[in-house]
Amino acid sequence: MHVAKAYWRRQLRRTGLLLVVWAVAGFGCSILFVEQLNRISFGDMPFGFWMAQQGSIYVFILLIFLYALLSGRADRQATLEADTEEDTAPLPANEG
Amino acid sequence: MSIQAWTWVTVGVTFAAYLYIGYRSRVRSTKGFYVAGQGVPAIANGAATAADWMSAASFISMAGLISFMGFDGAVYLMGWTGGYVLLALLLAPFLRKFGQYTVPDFVGVRYYSQAARVVAAIAAIFVSFTYVAGQMAGVGVAFGRFLEIPFELGVAIGMVVVAFFAVLGGMKGITYTQVAQYCVLIFAYTVPAIAIALLLTGNPVPQLAMEEILPKLNAIQHDLGLSSYSNPFTGLSKLNVFAITLCLMAGTAGLPHVIVRFYTVKNVKAARWSAFWALLFIGILYTTAPAVAMFAKYHILQQFAELGPAIAEQSWMQNWAATGLVTIPEGGIQTADQLLEAINRDIIVLATPEIARLPAVVVALVAAGGLAAALSTASGLLLVISSALAHDIYGSVINPQASEKRRLFVGRAMIFLAVVVAGVLGVYPLGFVAEVVAFAFGLAAASFFPVIVLGIFWKRANKQGAIAGMSIGLVFTFVTIALMRAQNVIPGMDEPVLDHFLGVGAQGVGVIGMLLNFAVMIGVSLCTPDSPLSVRELVERVRYPNE
Repeated sequence: MHVAKAYWRRQLRRTGLLLVVWAVAGFGCSILFVEQLNRISFGDMPFGFWMAQQGSIYVFILLIFLYALLSGRADRQATLEADTEEDTAPLPANEG
Repeated sequence: MSIQAWTWVTVGVTFAAYLYIGYRSRVRSTKGFYVAGQGVPAIANGAATAADWMSAASFISMAGLISFMGFDGAVYLMGWTGGYVLLALLLAPFLRKFGQYTVPDFVGVRYYSQAARVVAAIAAIFVSFTYVAGQMAGVGVAFGRFLEIPFELGVAIGMVVVAFFAVLGGMKGITYTQVAQYCVLIFAYTVPAIAIALLLTGNPVPQLAMEEILPKLNAIQHDLGLSSYSNPFTGLSKLNVFAITLCLMAGTAGLPHVIVRFYTVKNVKAARWSAFWALLFIGILYTTAPAVAMFAKYHILQQFAELGPAIAEQSWMQNWAATGLVTIPEGGIQTADQLLEAINRDIIVLATPEIARLPAVVVALVAAGGLAAALSTASGLLLVISSALAHDIYGSVINPQASEKRRLFVGRAMIFLAVVVAGVLGVYPLGFVAEVVAFAFGLAAASFFPVIVLGIFWKRANKQGAIAGMSIGLVFTFVTIALMRAQNVIPGMDEPVLDHFLGVGAQGVGVIGMLLNFAVMIGVSLCTPDSPLSVRELVERVRYPNE
C-alpha cells in the first residue's frame, strides 16, 4: 500500500496549501487586513475593497481549477506507479 | 409592446421550454430518479449546480443588499462563493467516490448507525423546507409584480410547473431544466448590467466599469453626508463580518441540495471539474452583482442630488410606491438617509433597468430570470426533501425490503407532497421562514459540514462522536438563533432574548455551533471505541479515486 499512502500524503499537502491561499485571500486580505490594504490603490479602487468584492472570487475559481488539474495529474501518476510496483496491490479496485 | 406583454412572452417561452425538457428527461429507475443515472457531464452539472445554488435571494435580493451595505456586503459575495472551495477540496470528490444517493446515506454508512442517518435526514428536511418556502413566495411575488396575477395563483403556477418535471423526471428532469434555467437567469442578469455599464461609462464590462463609478459614488456619498461606499465595517463589526462569511461558506459546503448534485456525475474526476464549472458560472453573477449594486446606488443618489425632495415624483418611485416597496414618509424625502430608508432592498435588481430607461424587453427578461432562479432552487430542494423521506426514512428504516418499483413510486409521491407543502408554506409563511438565511446556513454549517469532513479526513471519528457532535451543533445553533430572532420565531415574543453570543450575531452564530460540533465530535470519538474495520476500509476506499 506504499503508493496509496504516498498518494494520500501528497493529496493532503496539496489541499492544505490551496486552503492556505483560500484563507489568505478570503479572510486575510478581504477582512482582517482590509484597512491596511485599502491604502493601496488598485486601478481606481482601494485594494482591500476590490479583494473583498471581486478579487477573492477570482482566487476561489482559480483554486478549484488548480485542484482539479493537479489532482487529475496525481491520479494518473499513482496509477502508473501502482502498475510498476509488483509486490504491492494497486489502488483498491473501483467500487463504482 | 408593453413591459407586461413582453413579460408574458419571456415567461411563456421559458416555461414551455422547462416543461418540454422535463417531459423528455422522464425516468423509470430510482437511480435515475435520485442521481440522474450518474451520467451527467461535468459542465452540465456545473451549470445545474449554479442554478440550483443561485436562488431568488441571489438573483433578486443580493445586489440590493450590497448596494445598501457597501463594503460589508462582501459577506454574501465571499460567503456564497468561498464555500465552493471547501466543497471542491474537502467534500465533493470523496462523496462521489462513496457513491450513494443522499447525504444522510453517507452519514448513516460512515457512522454505521440508523440513528445518525435519521438525525441527518431530519436536519436535511428542516433546512430544505425553510429554504424552499422562500423560493415559492419569490415565484408568487414575481408573477404578481410583473403579470398582475394574484400572489396565490402565482405560487400555484410555480407549483404545477415544478411538480410536472420533478415528479416525472426526478433528478434527471431537474438537472436538465436547471441547465436551461441557468442560461435564462445569467442572460437576464448580465444583459441589463452590461447595458447600464455602457450607458454610465462607455465600458461594456460591469466588472471593469465599477472601477470608474466607485470614486464618483464615494464623492456623491460624501456630499450627501453619508460615509464612503467602500469604507469597511460600517454596519457590521469586523468579528461579525468574519463570522458571517465563514458561516455562509461552511453552510454552503454543508447544504444537502448542493452536495447531492455531485452524486450525479460519472466519476471523481468529473466531480472535481463540475465544482470548477459551478463556481465559474456562479462567479459570473457574483462578480456582476457588486457592479449592479454600485450602479443602482449611484443612479439613485445622483437623482436625489439633482432633484432633492422632488425625487419622490419620479415615475419609478411612484410605480414602486404603488406596490408598497417604496414608502415615502409623511414629510417627504428631505435627507439621503430618508431616501435610503424609503426604498426596499429587493427592488434594486428589479427596478434598475427601469430607472436606467432600458427597453421593455430587457425589463421583461428580468422577470423570467427571477422565476428561473426561484424554480431551479426550489426543485433541487424538493428533491432533497423527497429523497430524505422516501430513500432514507422509508427505504432504509421503515421498509428496507421495498421493491424498486415501490421505491420509485414512494419517491414520486413524496416529491409531489413536498411541492404542495412548499407551496402552502410560501402562501402562509411561518415565522421562521423569514429567517431562512440564518437558519439554513447556520444549521448546515453546524451539522453536516463537520460530520462529513471528519468522516473523510479522520478515520478515528466514530458513531458516538458524530451523533453527539451533530446534536450539540444543531441544538446550540437552533436555540441561539431562535433567541436572537425571538420576535420572528417564538410566538408571543416581541424582542430578542439574546443580542449576540460572544459578539457574534444570528447570521454568524452557526460558526460557533460548527466549532462546538468539531470539538465534541473529536472529544467523544477519542473516549469511545474505534469504528469497525469495515468502516475504516470504507474511508480508505473513499480517498482513492481510481477509475
